[in-house]
Amino acid sequence: MRSSYRFAVAGVAAAALFTAAGCSSSSSSSASGSSSVNWANETSASAGGGMSALVTAAKAEGTLNVIALPPTWANYGTIISTFEKDYGIKVNSALPDGTSQQEVDAVKTENGTAKAPDVLDIGMSVALANTSLFAPYQVSTWSSIPAAQKAPNGLWVQDYGGYMAVGYSSKFGTITSLSQLLSSKFKNSVALNGNPTSANAALNGVMMANLAEGGTASNIADGVSFFQKLKAAGNFSPVSATGATIKAGSTPVVFNWDYLNLSSYVGVSNWKVFIPSNAVLGGYYAQAINKNAPHPAAARLWEEFLYSQSATGGQNLWLQGGARPVEQPTMTSNGSIDTSAASKLPAVAGTPVFLSPTQATDAANYLAANWAKAVG
Amino acid sequence: MAAAATSETGARPSRAGRRLAAPAWVGTVPFLAYVAVFLLLPTGIVVVDSLKNPNGAWAFSNVTELGNPLVRGYFIGSFKLCVLSSVSGAVLGAILAYAIASGNPDGTVRRLYIAVSGVLAQFGGVTLAFAFLVLIGPIGLLIHASWYFDFPWGIGLIYTYFQVPLMVLVFLPAIDGVKVQWREASENLGASAWQYWRYVGGPLLMPAFLGGLLLLFANALSAFATIQAWENQIAYIVPQQISTALSSEVGLSNVNVADLLALGMVIMVAIVMTGYALLQRRAARWLR
Repeated sequence: MRSSYRFAVAGVAAAALFTAAGCSSSSSSSASGSSSVNWANETSASAGGGMSALVTAAKAEGTLNVIALPPTWANYGTIISTFEKDYGIKVNSALPDGTSQQEVDAVKTENGTAKAPDVLDIGMSVALANTSLFAPYQVSTWSSIPAAQKAPNGLWVQDYGGYMAVGYSSKFGTITSLSQLLSSKFKNSVALNGNPTSANAALNGVMMANLAEGGTASNIADGVSFFQKLKAAGNFSPVSATGATIKAGSTPVVFNWDYLNLSSYVGVSNWKVFIPSNAVLGGYYAQAINKNAPHPAAARLWEEFLYSQSATGGQNLWLQGGARPVEQPTMTSNGSIDTSAASKLPAVAGTPVFLSPTQATDAANYLAANWAKAVG
Repeated sequence: MAAAATSETGARPSRAGRRLAAPAWVGTVPFLAYVAVFLLLPTGIVVVDSLKNPNGAWAFSNVTELGNPLVRGYFIGSFKLCVLSSVSGAVLGAILAYAIASGNPDGTVRRLYIAVSGVLAQFGGVTLAFAFLVLIGPIGLLIHASWYFDFPWGIGLIYTYFQVPLMVLVFLPAIDGVKVQWREASENLGASAWQYWRYVGGPLLMPAFLGGLLLLFANALSAFATIQAWENQIAYIVPQQISTALSSEVGLSNVNVADLLALGMVIMVAIVMTGYALLQRRAARWLR
């Protein structure tokens, strides 16, 4: 689900999947002999006999295949190890730096094999385009998830997200508006996280600039012209921003999701984050279960774990990684939220904007035709 | 193991006695099979899929996409980068190879240069891009060069870093083949250094030089990781756009377009190869 892949050549992705997932030793599969329940067809834990039945069946499967989950992204390293410890289920993590599209490609190309991904964490445009690959499932905390953030039948459910933010080195002082970035002290400094015609985070970076410049979510043109001005001022940096370039100081200003722009995530102590009040742009990733998952019970248990509100459940673990879990509003009111982690999130003022699927598609099409011209 | 070897040795005389006369082409089967699986088959898939739509139906109108100004821009970008880095790499590499060849053939310097070239010709991708970034980038340790981010100059410089050593490796054997006696003979006949290179050395080395140039061109054309790690916010060259077409997560992915771009690269190489063959025929005229 990583927004842009930097090192993986698409051609070798398949090979990487082979090696990464090759160690799967799943001797057990969907038909867990002791139980008559086929979890691949169950749409909730209670329908299949309750949580303890699900845990038993998942333990019998013994393995879970996940894909494109970088260990440093939104705390996934801890989330995976906690799940393994809690349930004694081995998690095979394939292609950690893969993109959402590569996740879906893996579901198709590895369909029917023991190493096919069981669960996906994907961007919304990819999720909406591939619902025929998913199994509907409603976690036990279903009612805590706002209706707008899930498919009515549970084919996909948004999991965590954040707001587009400007991360910057504190050597620039304090940034209070995007227009400051046009000044000469930001020469060769301002970078996106990837190519906006390819990476979702980069598209949203342009969209944030668009909103800050007075544009609407339906027309990204003002955002592109902002980057054109940035380029003309010599401030746009085409360098691929990574943790390494940030540490080296080569990309001192980066547009990225706030949870990927935390000083703890980029590993630089003098790193500050700024969310413009007139351009609060939210974005959420979504969970989906492969309908032909080789480990259907483990896949469903993983979802239960991710949406659990317990202190060491997925929702609080994501929060500890700087991401905003989808059940955060409910958890704040019922008191199950990790308040110290919540207080560390960057402050947001103003009403958040979320792109509708149509708005996202329109923005992508506009960028496909105009981005290279504007900054090339 | 030993027993098996012994018995095989023992069987050999009788087998040799009634050896079947295999047709001469049998020896080429492994090579042809290899080419078929790793070159012809993928090329065929690319050609067929580039003429289909995502639903698998024929869509010959795809080809018009190659005339799209944006798409043409990626090919022009690739061509610029390949020409810049292969010509500069070939010229610099040839000069360096000549310098190495003129030294002591068993000397430490020669062995050192060959060893280093062997390593650096393979030095590319993320590490190379990052190394250049911290040296010449915005906060570069050496210089802050403003042209550095202007395509294709900065990335051309980076590519030259692995193109020069590659040229040294492929061109050195050709220079070693130039006998010192030929130079002495031309000097005895009164030829100047210019005349020697114009009429003897140049024509002798031209086929090898052009071959090296072509190799460098293809090497630059297919390189992807280096430029992607250096700057990934704009697609300048075809492989970058293929990557977008394969993995865009904002809804712009289209495998058939990726195939079409790959087909365009195949055509590009075919044109360059044809030009090379014509030049080579002219350059090697004296050999016939």
